[in-house]
Amino acid sequence: MSKRVRQQADVNVIECYQCGKCTAGCPVADRMDLRPSVIMRMLQTGDAVSEDEILRSLSIWLCLTCETCYSRCPMELDIPKVMDYLRQRSLAEGKVHRDAHDIVTFHKSFLNTVQNNGRLHEMGLVIDYKLHSGNLFQDVMLAPEMFSKGKLHILPERIKDRKGLSRLFKGQTKKPKS
Amino acid sequence: MKLGFYPGCSLTGSSREYTESLLAIAKAAGIELVEITDWNCCGATAAHNLNHELSVSLPARNLALAELDGMEELVVPCAACYNRLVMTQHELGDKPELKALIAEKLQMPLKNEIKIINVIQFLEKHIVPRLDELIKAPLAYDVACYYGCLLVRPQKVTNAARFEDPMTMDVIMQKLGANAIDWPFKTECCGAGFSVSKTKIVGELSGKIVRSAVDRGAKVLVVACPMCHSNLDMRRPAIESYLNRKVDIPVIYITQAIALAMGLSPKQAGTHRHFVPVNLTVNRLN
Repeated sequence: MSKRVRQQADVNVIECYQCGKCTAGCPVADRMDLRPSVIMRMLQTGDAVSEDEILRSLSIWLCLTCETCYSRCPMELDIPKVMDYLRQRSLAEGKVHRDAHDIVTFHKSFLNTVQNNGRLHEMGLVIDYKLHSGNLFQDVMLAPEMFSKGKLHILPERIKDRKGLSRLFKGQTKKPKS
Repeated sequence: MKLGFYPGCSLTGSSREYTESLLAIAKAAGIELVEITDWNCCGATAAHNLNHELSVSLPARNLALAELDGMEELVVPCAACYNRLVMTQHELGDKPELKALIAEKLQMPLKNEIKIINVIQFLEKHIVPRLDELIKAPLAYDVACYYGCLLVRPQKVTNAARFEDPMTMDVIMQKLGANAIDWPFKTECCGAGFSVSKTKIVGELSGKIVRSAVDRGAKVLVVACPMCHSNLDMRRPAIESYLNRKVDIPVIYITQAIALAMGLSPKQAGTHRHFVPVNLTVNRLN
């Protein structure tokens, strides 16, 4: 596993000597099923079973990429980058944790509006998210206030070079197992 | 003087007052910020969490377009967009094969040499040297400067000198006549992209930040990131429900603070667009 992380995420997890600073500074460590330093250790020693456990964990989706762990790591290991790699594998292998489905749904809705318009359409994002997450009534009271403050566009802003945009998305948004 | 400008999506919608105040102070200082022609979303958290190639190709398209527009210096006020653009620049610089692949997909040349600066770097370089002549109405408040994550981390991207206790915004606020308080939550995470999908976590993380600022006597929170702003301002109900008390401290962008101190109206600074009301009085100099 550590070889694969090194090849694909360009981070040598073998260098971690388990000081625990990443876990100590992580703002969401108290909610994690596997803490960052534990994941690093499992990547070092891990067999297929612990690899599966990591990919099915909630932790990898709770990571906010705040970069605190990376900035404090004495070995300068880019843990957020390892998390990105783990998230992408978890998604591709259909191993996303049940409590992370709303996070993944939000990200997918976000990329949908970018694929359609080239730019984020905040209202389109929220509607797409509501339909896919089933959280239909969440934040409905925010919309009128945002609108009256001039913060909400009804229609999306679209970029002109649609062809160029679709070239970037081509082959990138195959439906993963869910 | 003209500089390149990448607003990013939030700055055209939910954080439009950040753009309005930035453009207003740039104009007052004689600087024109020119948008990249036909810019696109940087991909944000969604792309780097779900798809590595898109997390590079989307920002790269903007870098290539900025080059085509002849820009040499690019101002990126959103801390998250700034992070994605600079990370992409680093990664393309480190991996020539990836750069070749992306350039082929873009069907545009990509030198990858443009200088990308965040809002603090823009202010320090282009506005601060002229502040003494531009300030017309000092902002005499106790303020807590909140930097969040991506204006200071990772250090190889931001070159922040004091990433655990940054002072750049504090110094600017002092120049505006404010008293920047010393407090421990300057660089704690606000909950970032969980605003919609995990609002409760945002309420808790942002709640701790707001509580610390208020308990240390701050009357205003000053930020420089649209995500931090919407979590601390728009998500105030989630914060109050975590703290179990009402908190009315306003949250303003540093560009709004500068605009007000320059004597521009609250409307020009865009403070009327916030969820938590902003009622700041400035003392006009004669």
